Amino acid sequence: MTVLDVRHLRKHFPLRRGLLGRTAGYVKAVDDVSFSIEAGETLSLVGESGCGKTTTSRCILRAIRPSSGEILFRTGTGEQVDVAPLEKKQLRPLRRQMQMIFQDPFSSLNPRMTISEIIGEPMLVNGMTDTTIRNKRVADLLELVQLPSAYLNRFPHAFSGGQRQRIGIARALALNPSLIVADEPVSALDVSVQAQIVNLMLDLQDRLGLAYLFVAHDLSVVKHVSHRVAVMYVGRIVEIAPTTGLFNTPRHPYTEALLSAVPVPDPRRRAQRIVLEGDVADPSNPPSGCHFHPRCQYATDQCRIETPALREIAPGHSVRCLRAEELSLVGVPAA
Amino acid sequence: MADEPILSVRDLHTHFFADEGVVRAVDGTSFDLHSGRTLGIVGESGCGKSVTAKSILRIVERPGRIVSGQIMLRRQNGSTVDLTTLPTDGREMRSIRGGEIGLVFQEPMSSLSAFHTIGNQLMEGIRLHKDLSKRAIREQAIELLNMVGIPRPAQRIDSYSFELSGGLRQRVMIAMALAAEPRVLIADEPTTALDVTTQAQILDLIRRLQQERDLAVMLITHDMGVIAEMADDVVVMYLGKEVEKGPVDEIFHAPRHPYTQSLLRSIPSVLAEPRSRLATITGSIPHPFARPGGCPFHPRCPDRHDVCEIIVPAEVVIGENHVTACHLYTKVPA
Ligand SMILES: Nc1ncnc2c1ncn2[C@@H]1O[C@H](COP(=O)(O)OP(=O)(O)OP(=O)(O)O)[C@@H](O)[C@H]1O
Ligand SMILES: Nc1ncnc2c1ncn2[C@@H]1O[C@H](COP(=O)(O)OP(=O)(O)OP(=O)(O)O)[C@@H](O)[C@H]1O
Ligand code: SF4
Ligand code: SF4
Ligand SMILES: [Mg+2]
Ligand SMILES: [Mg+2]
Repeated sequence: MTVLDVRHLRKHFPLRRGLLGRTAGYVKAVDDVSFSIEAGETLSLVGESGCGKTTTSRCILRAIRPSSGEILFRTGTGEQVDVAPLEKKQLRPLRRQMQMIFQDPFSSLNPRMTISEIIGEPMLVNGMTDTTIRNKRVADLLELVQLPSAYLNRFPHAFSGGQRQRIGIARALALNPSLIVADEPVSALDVSVQAQIVNLMLDLQDRLGLAYLFVAHDLSVVKHVSHRVAVMYVGRIVEIAPTTGLFNTPRHPYTEALLSAVPVPDPRRRAQRIVLEGDVADPSNPPSGCHFHPRCQYATDQCRIETPALREIAPGHSVRCLRAEELSLVGVPAA
Repeated sequence: MADEPILSVRDLHTHFFADEGVVRAVDGTSFDLHSGRTLGIVGESGCGKSVTAKSILRIVERPGRIVSGQIMLRRQNGSTVDLTTLPTDGREMRSIRGGEIGLVFQEPMSSLSAFHTIGNQLMEGIRLHKDLSKRAIREQAIELLNMVGIPRPAQRIDSYSFELSGGLRQRVMIAMALAAEPRVLIADEPTTALDVTTQAQILDLIRRLQQERDLAVMLITHDMGVIAEMADDVVVMYLGKEVEKGPVDEIFHAPRHPYTQSLLRSIPSVLAEPRSRLATITGSIPHPFARPGGCPFHPRCPDRHDVCEIIVPAEVVIGENHVTACHLYTKVPA
């Protein structure tokens, strides 16, 4: 069952210059992005800083209003609703069904509330006023994220980063959401804690059938959590594929370069890397044709002129490159 | 590695004296840096990596101070000096800091001034350590920017740090660290704030400069991938002290300490099976005020014995240049 179906999503921020604040162009932070996520599935969004990952997730959660496009969300009653054009009031009943897990668990928890209050708050706000029922649910949630119930009356500052992330997850799960958007949920954590949270997210998904939109820049973590991966470059998806296909047989030169840059924890594999020259393109003034052409080692004259479309070149594997068929790119060795 | 180390840290203890108690941030660490080699220092948050670096440069902030130990630097003229004996703000320490030991931090934004052009900051760095004319200094600054791969250095020298991308800023930091031609470079998480693609560029740059200048590099990171990529030798730290120290290949392919083994098992890898669970280390790093007695790792160790809770394990040599501090390898009756 498709939980989320995003079609031609765009978010263009006006770029203001001068004292009068006249609009002097647009930052095309998200520029025609389409993907879908099934129940029980993780789709990861990866790409360099500023490519539009967070903006995409904020549009989906309707923290901001998209410039155009559709965001079809399947509600608890099974119907598909386009949340893109909805107003605040219409969004309220839907919000409980899509929840967010943040990068920094600390700043997202109110320091003056106990763990029990933090986890119970979304229920209270949504009309679950019976204290006994609520407390039972909070205790269940704590168990679900593997925290001892003795922690119920403590305050967030008494917890480690990993424990705080567990609390954030429990709170996100309080209202039985079907979609979880996690923006860099483990990047602030130590390796040993990161491993625990990654495992917890995998377990919860298997048990509750959650759909995850997982935003991350660490491709190693992404390999461990994703069913499918979408690679973004300057506001656009340039490749989307099942995890194995994307890592082992990438079809876009940018994906190849990203994979090649990841340091592998094995000194015997100090590979020859593709070192990308230059910086990410500026989304307010992207290069002509294929946005990636100034950094692409396979670019031809045509790439400077023609904008490639995202097209499917193998089952479930789509890529935005004019030369996708003829190039033979290198991925990571099969597991 | 037959040559003399350029920098030797011996049984260094740096503690913070807070009202709530003493934090033993660095608690008996020892290692050597050699010219032309990279020593990787790895460990989880709070294990004392940055405080070790700050101790060497004598920039530990109050209420912290070096309690005991030695930091022996072999100077350009062949003499050896113990940095722990020098006044922090004395002339000698100031000329060593930046002059003989260069430093690169994680966050270039906070170490670069927003009010001066990068050129002015770079030229100031050169002027402090070299007696040259104004024009020669500017030429050298442009030369440095060129060396670290900044495009159009003659124009870029007059830009401000906020006008540069994260990757370019980190290049400027490296240029500044190398301005006075130090023989030791300490890089504390130099690529942690950067994208993988930019990280690859910066690691490449550090490697190239090291070869050209025969630098001794101390590379601090929590990323085992970066260690595997860059280091010749590795120090694995836990709660202020190294638990294992050895050549990079042995650390990754024949780790001996239970913490090193657990850490390596728990890191995600692009080579892993998709959707595979990660091995975890039980528990979490203890609070600095609640340090376990005996072996500091014992509450989380899958191999612990009774002795581990009481007696601090001594360092044991287990191979050429490979040592570990664990009772599994000592002759203590378990
Ligand atoms: N409110 C805003 N107004 C103007 N521009 C914005 C706004 N929010 C984001 N942007 C721009 O949109 C682009 C995409 O930003 P976004 O935060 O989505 O990137 P990201 O992929 O999440 O990056 P990171 O990996 O650094 O988190 C960037 O160029 C950013 O500067
Ligand atoms: N100014 C300070 N006052 C009190 N304690 C401090 C201070 N600076 C560091 N510490 C403590 O010293 C210990 C070591 O800190 P250090 O910054 O060296 O860790 P690290 O290994 O660099 O960690 P990270 O990977 O997070 O950078 C920690 O317990 C830290 O809380
Ligand atoms: S379209 Fe051309 S420039 Fe773009 S990724 Fe493909 S080969 Fe490279
Ligand atoms: S000394 Fe004991 S507790 Fe410490 S690492 Fe070795 S076996 Fe584990
Ligand atoms: Mg983001
Ligand atoms: Mg540090």
